[in-house]
Amino acid sequence: MSLYHYSIEELVKLLHKGDLNAEETAKMSLDRIEEVDDQVKAFLTVNKDNVLADAKKLDESTEPKERLFGIPGGIKDNVMTKGVRTTCASKFLENFDEPLYNATLLEKLNKDHSLMMGKVNMDEFAMGSTTETSAYHPTYNPWNLEHVPGGSSGGSAAAVAAGEVMYSIGSDTGGSIRQPSSFCGVIGMKPTYGLISRYGLVSLAPSLDQAGPITRTVEDNAYVLETIAGHDALDATSVNRTIPKYTDSLQKDVKGLKIAVPKEFLGEGVSEEVRESVMNALKMYELLGATWEEVSLPHLAYADAAYTVICNAEASSSLARFDGVRYGKRADETEDMIEMLKTSRGEGFGENVKRRILLGTTMLSAGYTDTHFIKAQQVRTLIKNDFEAAFKHYDVIVGPTTPTEAFKIGEQPSNEVMHMSDVLTVPVNLAGLPAISVPCGYTDAGLPLGLQIIGKHFDESTVYQVAYAYEQATNHHKKRPDLGGAN
Amino acid sequence: MKYETVVGIEVHVELKTNSKIFSPSPNAFGEAPNTNINPKDLGFPGTLPLLNKEAVEYGMKAAMALNCEIASETIFDRKHYFYPDSPAAYQISQDKQPIGEHGWIDIEVDGEKKRIGIERIHLEEDAGKLTHSSDGSLVDYNRQGTPLIEIVSDPDIRTPEEAYAYLEKLKSIIQYTGVSDVRMEEGSLRADANISIRPVGEEKFGTKTELKNLNSFAFVRDGIAEEVKRQAKLLDAGEEVQQASRRYDEKTKKSVLMRIKGDADDYRFFPDPDIPPLHIDEEWKERVRKEIPELPDARRARYIDEMDLPVYDAQVLTATKEMADFFEETVDHGADVKQVSNWLMGDLLGYMNKELKEIQDLPITPKDLAKMIELIKDGTISSKIAKQVFNYLVEEGGDPEAYVKDKGLVQISDEGELTKIIGEVLDANEQSVTDFKEGKGRALGFLVGQVMKATQGQANPQMVNKILKEEIEKR
Repeated sequence: MSLYHYSIEELVKLLHKGDLNAEETAKMSLDRIEEVDDQVKAFLTVNKDNVLADAKKLDESTEPKERLFGIPGGIKDNVMTKGVRTTCASKFLENFDEPLYNATLLEKLNKDHSLMMGKVNMDEFAMGSTTETSAYHPTYNPWNLEHVPGGSSGGSAAAVAAGEVMYSIGSDTGGSIRQPSSFCGVIGMKPTYGLISRYGLVSLAPSLDQAGPITRTVEDNAYVLETIAGHDALDATSVNRTIPKYTDSLQKDVKGLKIAVPKEFLGEGVSEEVRESVMNALKMYELLGATWEEVSLPHLAYADAAYTVICNAEASSSLARFDGVRYGKRADETEDMIEMLKTSRGEGFGENVKRRILLGTTMLSAGYTDTHFIKAQQVRTLIKNDFEAAFKHYDVIVGPTTPTEAFKIGEQPSNEVMHMSDVLTVPVNLAGLPAISVPCGYTDAGLPLGLQIIGKHFDESTVYQVAYAYEQATNHHKKRPDLGGAN
Repeated sequence: MKYETVVGIEVHVELKTNSKIFSPSPNAFGEAPNTNINPKDLGFPGTLPLLNKEAVEYGMKAAMALNCEIASETIFDRKHYFYPDSPAAYQISQDKQPIGEHGWIDIEVDGEKKRIGIERIHLEEDAGKLTHSSDGSLVDYNRQGTPLIEIVSDPDIRTPEEAYAYLEKLKSIIQYTGVSDVRMEEGSLRADANISIRPVGEEKFGTKTELKNLNSFAFVRDGIAEEVKRQAKLLDAGEEVQQASRRYDEKTKKSVLMRIKGDADDYRFFPDPDIPPLHIDEEWKERVRKEIPELPDARRARYIDEMDLPVYDAQVLTATKEMADFFEETVDHGADVKQVSNWLMGDLLGYMNKELKEIQDLPITPKDLAKMIELIKDGTISSKIAKQVFNYLVEEGGDPEAYVKDKGLVQISDEGELTKIIGEVLDANEQSVTDFKEGKGRALGFLVGQVMKATQGQANPQMVNKILKEEIEKR
């Protein structure tokens, strides 16, 4: 049997009843990984021996089964996992086998009896949008292996799309959950900043980073988020508030709901097919009783510039700790301490990472902070204000997740497309808002496209509700990539 | 040419909180290397700083005691530099909005009062410790994350003596608040001095040098004096002062170049996104303010005005909170103010300096000292015997009355007994009696000494004097 046949709740029911046990679901996942991962290459580390032992322990335990009992999941390789190496897809952490502790979100998944199938691929240190900058290997789009899965959470999205796991955890600093979810035809949620603890998520840009779930259905997604959301005393930026039952909001219809569509989301660089699929989705919402209007959020056009400055500035600081002194790569045979430090970083980091560190370091240097870093923060405030103004009149903001379908491996998209990619995803991070990507059609060549739904702060419920209504009214989520084997 | 000295002092003070400023690891001194650490202290990826409220309150307390305005919203910034003692390669400090600003303290040099401004006080974390050997370098992260406050004075200091007085006063005030041990020898107080000179009458500051790693207040004073001399010599010769870090070599008494400072020291400060801005409301400030004890200036004034103590006594007794508390408690037990002051300033301080101990490390209690003073007053022991009793109190501790009884140290005040002993002494020293009668006053002293010797110091001195004279008259 294949994981494709079940939703998480269906699987949980069978597991709780005892019709299936955790060892069996672990094997279903491992078999599928065995079957397709040499094509997709979503995994960096398969946690085979540990997970089978964990599953056995769960099956033998007499304790009550928790809500994710026996559900196989994949974890992005920038989430700290005690006892399983965490590489951030970098050579610098190739031998980082002793991360010493579990990320809070993993602790929560473990507490709910989920199975950690392994660590999935990503762009090195989450810097990228194709997963091609992984120091180990690229990941391939399950819908067409000549295409990228997107990034940086490319492994997370591909593993779910390929049916290797029921869910995966990604992280989103500027679109890194939503964009690969769109490219791989799955559901990716970037929650409100502060909803999920960042403790144990290796920082890229701490003011923007947020982890989130990737799943095959909206319902699965809401279900997983309920486990990993919530205040954590170990993260001062995590917010202390009651977590609603997101799955309860799904059945509510969208009659009378007001949707805003920023015209800046449909600018130059957005392909005809994408434009059309979004328009079709909006028509569907009309049929479902919602209304939509075009609006303008004028500062979105500057979002990518502001993002580039802030993200790289923070990243240059976040990655400064990788110095070869305490863990990870250490250069041999160097003259002195400082030389050791420099060489370790020089040898351990990939080109893209180095370029971004240099850029970010410059942005924080004397002479640039006022003209760039501070300016960027001002733009950030303007973008927040734009959203706030729009949310006074509308319930959600909708647009494409990406301007095009997945790029070909090695392809360098045009500047317009790159600019538009950022404009579509990074404003959400700058403003700290929740946003989801749901499949909204396929190109003629069969590659998935995604619809992005942005909500108010901590209003994940409405985002899920709007996403679910659309998903249930369409068949996009029922399609499976053809990778051979048991579909 | 005549120059004016301009000095500003930066002081780092370690706060003695229970745990570190950004992690729950214990904040302790002298443990085995790399034992008081957790993943955060090691800068492990994914770890996050958690601001310790106690450290914030200690910082507020110090800032309030130094008359600073407390920020209503304070933020923490990252200060970047690569060095193995700094595990995240940035130190969490405060740049734009420190916890306290615009403070001051009053100092006194040669009877002249002066107010020294305090520009700012900010909170930050200490780094680990590197040890170098021929085999390589070792790093101990125990100290990483120890809470520090940095206290930056305005460039108001004009002489080495003012610098010394400023540091003494600063130390005393911080010590009173109880937020730090302020022990330079343990590194819980460190001072750097920024020194420049300018021709008298000139408004513009000269180029400054920073004198670092100063190990005592006296070295700060001497180092400044030396550096000022060096700078004056350069300027007189038409040369320029180079902006640099220097250190004072205590042996050669010279300031030595450590590192030329360019303008390029760029720490790339920016607000730490992991730590939300901290709001400090009036209620919180008031609660902390109430915890600050009476500070040395106020106590000194009270000792002078209400207890009639000489200015000098008041100054010495209020230097540390422990000494002042000890003093007041002893007085509360009924002992005479001046007597207590004399014992503390003389014998006790002498003993502390000799043994390099603090008052709280000694077994002597205010109650026992008061009792001892009472024993002197009622004539049970002589002041000479009291010295012996006092030694017992500081070395072993215990009830002075029981000790005096046990050791048979009670003063001989029995007239008959003293007359008998004096008679024997006079019989044995007829020559001295004759000398005294011939007007040689010194002979009386000798005879008193002989009586004391015969009584092992236990004779009541006033009575000995009186009876001696009477007995000599009779001969």
